Amino acid sequence: MSLNVSNLTVHHGAIRAISQVSIAVPTGKLAAIIGSNGAGKTTLLRTLSGLKNPTNGSIMWKGEKIVGIKPEALVRRGISHVSEGKSVIPELTVRENLELGAIWRRNAKESKESIDQVVSIFPRLGERIQQRADTLSGGERQMLAIGRAIMAKPQLLLLDEPSLGLAPLVVEQIFQTIRDLTTSMNLTVLLVEQNAMGALKIADLGIVLNLGKVVAINHAQALIDDPAVRAAYLGY
Amino acid sequence: MDLLNTFLIGITAGTIYALMAISMVLVWRSTRVVNFAQAGMALLSTYFGYEAVSRLGSFWIALPVAMIGGALVAALVEIILIRLLVKHSSSGPIAGVAPIIATLGLLGVIRSISAMIWGGQDLRIVGPISNDGFTINGTTLVFSPLKLLILVTVLVLMLILSIVFQKTNIGLALRASAYAPEIARLSGIKVDWVRTLGWALAGAAGAVAGMFQTVNGNGTLSPDSIEFSLLLVSGFIAAVIGGLDSLIGAVIGGLVLGLMIAFVLMYVSSGLFFIAPFVILLTVLFIRPQGIFGAKAARRA
Amino acid sequence: MQRRPVVHKKQSRDIFLFILGGVVLFFLSGMVDELRVYQGATIAIYVIAISSIILLTGYSGQVSLGHGALMAVGAYAAAVTRIEFKLPIILCFVVAVLLAAIGGALLGAAAARLSGPYLAGTTLALAIGLPSLANQFTVLGGEQGLLFDVGFPPLSLGEEFTQYKWFFWIAGLAALISMWIIKNILGSRYGRTWRAIRGNEVAAQLSGINIARSKILAFTISAGIAGLAGALLSMTIGTVSPSAFPLALSFSLLAGAVLSGLTTLGGAMIGAVVLVAIPEIADVVAHRVGSSERVTTNLPGFLVSALLILTVLFVPNGPVEQHRARKAKHLALKK
Repeated sequence: MSLNVSNLTVHHGAIRAISQVSIAVPTGKLAAIIGSNGAGKTTLLRTLSGLKNPTNGSIMWKGEKIVGIKPEALVRRGISHVSEGKSVIPELTVRENLELGAIWRRNAKESKESIDQVVSIFPRLGERIQQRADTLSGGERQMLAIGRAIMAKPQLLLLDEPSLGLAPLVVEQIFQTIRDLTTSMNLTVLLVEQNAMGALKIADLGIVLNLGKVVAINHAQALIDDPAVRAAYLGY
Repeated sequence: MDLLNTFLIGITAGTIYALMAISMVLVWRSTRVVNFAQAGMALLSTYFGYEAVSRLGSFWIALPVAMIGGALVAALVEIILIRLLVKHSSSGPIAGVAPIIATLGLLGVIRSISAMIWGGQDLRIVGPISNDGFTINGTTLVFSPLKLLILVTVLVLMLILSIVFQKTNIGLALRASAYAPEIARLSGIKVDWVRTLGWALAGAAGAVAGMFQTVNGNGTLSPDSIEFSLLLVSGFIAAVIGGLDSLIGAVIGGLVLGLMIAFVLMYVSSGLFFIAPFVILLTVLFIRPQGIFGAKAARRA
Repeated sequence: MQRRPVVHKKQSRDIFLFILGGVVLFFLSGMVDELRVYQGATIAIYVIAISSIILLTGYSGQVSLGHGALMAVGAYAAAVTRIEFKLPIILCFVVAVLLAAIGGALLGAAAARLSGPYLAGTTLALAIGLPSLANQFTVLGGEQGLLFDVGFPPLSLGEEFTQYKWFFWIAGLAALISMWIIKNILGSRYGRTWRAIRGNEVAAQLSGINIARSKILAFTISAGIAGLAGALLSMTIGTVSPSAFPLALSFSLLAGAVLSGLTTLGGAMIGAVVLVAIPEIADVVAHRVGSSERVTTNLPGFLVSALLILTVLFVPNGPVEQHRARKAKHLALKK
């Protein structure tokens, strides 16, 4: 188990957003985190990446405690977070956005190699490499955001609603890419999604959050087959 | 001939204002704070330069000394004051006003401390080369070797800054931290230290502006001097005219301000010296409320 | 339906408090020496000026670094009216308020589209530029300025009644009346509109508030009040000149407003007293420490500036608000 969350409680001011959540995600597996709005999914990711400090509980990553460590330091430990909606910098070019991902490595050669790698995964980015990021479509921006996260050569990838606002065909593409990356790069992935079905279909593990608590953890397929989950989140 | 003189005077003054404006834009972009103490810090750096000149005798050594001193002071201010400020007052009615008040307070503190240490005496810094006008065909321009030197140095500095910003990794980090601090953090950039760097660069730029402003005038150095007040105000106004978000805007704003003031003084009336910046500012902001190169929407993290 | 009686009761209580405050002050003025009386007048003037900033910045969220210039407008208006038209003093003050208000309306109109630092920059430029305009027009007296003489106190107050006491009474009365008026304005629909704009401009606009008009109104009223303060200031000095309204004055007003608590009208006294007291305290400290002249001249400025930084960092909403917030927190925790 490379990621071990135990008894995590996180507050937003006086409101308890996450309540004694315990999760274990094995290395190289994709865990889909689903739940309705306000369930605490985004808060969970933000706490894992260091943007938010928990009130209680611990997070172990690769055997080390990471609570209280700043986000920029966690990146160096292999955690990459693609936050919801706003994960590219519109004023910078595609290339600059990507370079940003590898900037802390301070290795120009590695950076270039990584850009080539990202472009081979997302050819559309290659076509637009010199353009400003604000000229990109929604789907391309999401690709860019994920591409930037990959540039950091992460071991843990936190994705917050990558399908948000995208056309169904694009969503399929992106989900498939995420699945491929998980396998090919041996990533541990936490995928937060409103598109519960799409996420569970590519996931190994499924976690259901409601009002800040874990209400179900199981193999993804088991959750798809579960009638309660089906009724609440999968729409049938 | 008058026209040429006025133009050259305006350009020279304008490049100095541009430097001050650049330092204000650097601070604004890295920490979203308008630093009213910028000119005070420039003054302090100039005093460092004065000490260097009087002990070592060379302006050219004194200039880097002032720049380093300015950078250090600015970095210290960012670390001690600004981080606290952002933490304690980022919400409520005070949010917009707090940095203004705090930096105004800082200005007062720096000014009074400078006056306590160096005030009341007649201190002068002499420029490295002559400030006597060039003579062409018997007529003497107001433009002098010194003014030419200032022009060239400032242009070179601006060039270096743009290369750093656009072509280097540290420049990319600076820009990313200014546009979107959270994304920058998530990319592994130590945003806090990048901000300090932004301030340090601003401090160095301000130091150059202060040194040049002093030698370009009659060389006297004092917390109450006209040159100092001018620096204080024009830097800010130039930055606003250009649009606080843009370094190019800072340069253009400074040049515009310098030229227009020179022309107003020459061709309209010298008494309008103080009202001219106001009118210029209003005119620009009337046409474009965010400054010439300013961004329309507020940036969000 | 129940609201009406409560409102009236509160108003009567406030009127009573104001009158009581006035009576107390006037008695005090008889008991202290001339210097204190003069300082009292200055404090009253600062109270008026600071409350104009509280209205503009604390309530409608617009930052002005140029209220010194607006004070100058009021001062010059009063002086010119007195000299050229020989109107009675009270009318001169009215003219001061009106002209300053017009100036504020113009400034507000220019500033309505500006925000944050751009607004600050414009007002800063105004603060520097406007007073120097006086040098251009002879009717405004140039560098030395104009004389502004409110005349001697009326004989009915007795032989012992000094000029400074008269200043204090006029300024004090003006302060009480202005505070009363401002308090009511802030509590009215206009005050609520300003707070809405300050809180969230987009939301306010969507609720149907005409942002530009509200902002301009705030500027107009604030300027009128500042104009009154300016005229009163000139009254105490006796002359109106550009040097009486330097940039430092605008900064001091902003400082005083912050020290008072930007949104607390009641705190205006605190800021005013601090602004007047600091130079005194600095003087005492400097002489006690017995250092060089350089230190003594600059110590007041240092103290005010340092106090300003500390206030903004640690008591950002002003002492009154801080105290209230702490009390509220205690009550909440008790539950």
